[in-house]
Amino acid sequence: MEFFERFAIPHPSPLIYASMVAIGLVSIAIIVGITYFKKWGYLWNEWLTTVDHKKIGIMYIISALLMLFRGGADAIMMRLQTAVPENSFLDAQHYNEVFTTHGVVMIMFMAMPFIIGLMNFIVPLQIGARDVAFPRLNAISFWLFFFGAMLFNLSFVVGGSPDAGWTNYYPLASNEFSPSVGVNYYNWALQISGIGTLMTGINFIATILKMRAPGMKLMKMPMFTWASLLTNVIIVFAFPVLTIALVMGTFDRQFGTHFFTSMNGGMDMMWANLFWVWGHPEVYILILPAFGIYSEIISTFSQRNLYGYKSMVWSMVLISLFSFTVWLHHFFTMGQNAFTNSIFSITTIAIAIPTGIKIFNWLLTMRKGKIRFTVPMLYSIAFIPLFTIGGATGVMLGMASADYQYHNTMFLVAHFHNVIIPGVVFAVLAGFTYWWPKMFGFMLNEKIGKWAFWFLSIGFCLAFFPMYITGLNGQARRMYTYSEATGFGPLNLLSFFGAGLMAIAFVLIVYNVYYSFRHSPRNVGDDPWNARSLEWATHNPVPEYNFAVAPEVKSSEALWDQKKHGHKLFNKEYEEIHMPNKSGVPFIMGVLFFIFGFSFIFAIWLGVILSAIGIFACMIYRTFEQDHGFHISVKEIKETEEKFGGADK
Amino acid sequence: MKLKWALLSLVFTMALVLTGCEPLLVLNPQGPQAETQANVIWISIATMAIILIIVLAILITVLVKYRASKQSDDYEPPHIKGNPIVEGIIVGFPILIIIFLGIVSVNSVYKVEATPEGYEDQEPLVIYASSSNWKWHFSYPEEDIETVNAVFIPEDRPIEFKLYSYGPITSFWIPQLAGQKYAMADMVTTLHLAADQPGDYMGRNANFSGEGFAENIFDVTVLTQKDFDKWVDDIHNTAEPITEKEFNKLLEPGHLGKLFYTGTHLDFSPAPEGEHAGHNHGDASEHEDHLEHSHH
Repeated sequence: MEFFERFAIPHPSPLIYASMVAIGLVSIAIIVGITYFKKWGYLWNEWLTTVDHKKIGIMYIISALLMLFRGGADAIMMRLQTAVPENSFLDAQHYNEVFTTHGVVMIMFMAMPFIIGLMNFIVPLQIGARDVAFPRLNAISFWLFFFGAMLFNLSFVVGGSPDAGWTNYYPLASNEFSPSVGVNYYNWALQISGIGTLMTGINFIATILKMRAPGMKLMKMPMFTWASLLTNVIIVFAFPVLTIALVMGTFDRQFGTHFFTSMNGGMDMMWANLFWVWGHPEVYILILPAFGIYSEIISTFSQRNLYGYKSMVWSMVLISLFSFTVWLHHFFTMGQNAFTNSIFSITTIAIAIPTGIKIFNWLLTMRKGKIRFTVPMLYSIAFIPLFTIGGATGVMLGMASADYQYHNTMFLVAHFHNVIIPGVVFAVLAGFTYWWPKMFGFMLNEKIGKWAFWFLSIGFCLAFFPMYITGLNGQARRMYTYSEATGFGPLNLLSFFGAGLMAIAFVLIVYNVYYSFRHSPRNVGDDPWNARSLEWATHNPVPEYNFAVAPEVKSSEALWDQKKHGHKLFNKEYEEIHMPNKSGVPFIMGVLFFIFGFSFIFAIWLGVILSAIGIFACMIYRTFEQDHGFHISVKEIKETEEKFGGADK
Repeated sequence: MKLKWALLSLVFTMALVLTGCEPLLVLNPQGPQAETQANVIWISIATMAIILIIVLAILITVLVKYRASKQSDDYEPPHIKGNPIVEGIIVGFPILIIIFLGIVSVNSVYKVEATPEGYEDQEPLVIYASSSNWKWHFSYPEEDIETVNAVFIPEDRPIEFKLYSYGPITSFWIPQLAGQKYAMADMVTTLHLAADQPGDYMGRNANFSGEGFAENIFDVTVLTQKDFDKWVDDIHNTAEPITEKEFNKLLEPGHLGKLFYTGTHLDFSPAPEGEHAGHNHGDASEHEDHLEHSHH
């Protein structure tokens, strides 16, 4: 019995018991459903063992959407709790756990995988490749992310959630002040999915640098591919810092070291530094691909080439470099001298220069265009003014002296949601809608999509603009309650309504998937948006091998060249195509990592040792495995191409 | 479409009206440091508003003029690579703005990190403010008194708060007098401020520090020098001395009301500065460490 006591929730409530029951019922429903429809074989063969970048991309996006609802439920609970003064819906401990998991889930398990999912699906198509450079590694990346996310979500019902904020500052996150296993979950869930992300970074750099179609020089890559390349370079430089910081945190909490404690020579400020040396580039890991998505969409629906391609690329390169020079602005108030703060203040606001260039380039792309107001374009248009406001308040926060007044307040919360929601969330939703026909061969309903867009945009403004004001009025972030005398009440209530509208928007988006699946016509053709870049030169949905023959490219708008300038993309005869074999090992490794992480969190050393042996066994197996892939014959390619009606390409 | 725009404008009007209701704490400064910060905030809001207006103006013009429904079917948008003059402007304009704001920023950082302007010739009043879960302890070494969750300061005199923490990182913040600064367990940070007139102000810990964080607040009372001296005398006449035992009891996690003592805890539990700093492992670098910290 004693053994099982450690898994109990230290601070239970009816809400948590209800979710335990809900999780249990949903799991049973899924298992029964799959068994009833006899889909276990399909699930295993087509999805769990796949190494196809397209399917992996779709699995990333599905997981991200699930996590969006988890993080969104957290958000609604927070807004509900603070909607009126002295509310007692959540107590302090629960509120602390909820905002901690909201932050971690939204950044690490929603925004990141959504971005990586789109990257997975689109980048190989945009560069005319058959798959990523290391398909098997790609599958391992996904399963590590997935099981990291599952591990993190388990904390809610087994052992207790982390409660020290997504920034997890020490000494608050140390055993002394956060005695539950929550922060252990934080350490291991982030560690496991972080390793997956790091491998994604290496994989995509190799893919983009080595596997581009003939003729696609670096400066002829579509903008989303450029953004992805730079993002993955940032990942490879930034994530090892997180890895090490988490290892040090784990040692502090589980083996009694003193890296971040305030005694025995430890230094709590070290965690803040390491966290943000990773954390700030992380923000740009999210926003750069978003910039790429907007560039594709704005150019497509203005029916014009992207203005200032070169300055777009160079501004992204600058943003990537700057991303590593600004981390200190997250703690201007930690007592550095005026000179240090001045330097970091300047580097911080300097980021506005390349970002401003990009905003003007997008505006100039629309100029003289022929603008169609589709759902992806609406998101992109709303992004421009809203992101400008977010960027402007970012510059305000970068003014170090004034930051002493904004820091740790709702003003800051308003700012980063103002860049992340119109910046990243709008972008992934726009990209999701834009590339949906590429993934599934039919369009999402425009009308429902537009309703969702308006609910989301207006909801966003209502939810977050009031926070700028309450922040300047002295409302610190992460307060689970406030007194009526503070006067924060009405604006917080407004925020809650805004959050409600956003929730409706997300429900509409899911309903749209269901509605379109039932009702949308299936024969949308290869190029439903009249697009410009290479991913639209193959069929919808994309055949397993992507392109029947390798395309030959002469600009960043390969398809446009073919449509308007008589450029011929596909000149070669069909040849046998070499494809990688599917494998169950990545999934098994994911499960083993999950067991490893779970055992480590609860210090069950036998589980740690056995799963570690299993992980190494998988790696050794891979080393000696004879796997030469398989070939798709010319006959089979011809049949597939004929089915899509494009046999003579 | 009409309904949507009506809704949007409603949102913005509401936001504007709500801002106008009463002065926001941060924008209603009562001391030179907070005033510098409020000025920086207004300057940056104004500058950023210019940019926002320009972006909005271009966006609306472009959307109105180049929407597909306004154009003939056979209109083919041109292929435009770029233009050195236009690109020069869109690079140059942000650079100019950033240079301007950079100068404002650096100037003001040096201002708020020093004795408030106009008070340089006065001897500052040093107050040690330390946090514990979830209280603030104020020690007045000069006056030899200590308070909990209430700080009294004289008007028109530079104050130096020496900040540190018995526990998690906290952030000492009196929005109307000065921006915040962290209090940490292993070093002392310094916050400079001065108050222009007597009054009561809100002070709080702004940095999340666990369960009792939301209620981790303190009252700031600014008195005239005469009233302040009287207050100090009153404490000496009425309060009990603080003992190590009593202080350790105060440190236990929880919330307390306002408390007043004579003496300070600095005698038996010194602040983590100089030889007591947390990063000082008692090795040869002791002297250097001391120098480094005295710079702050």
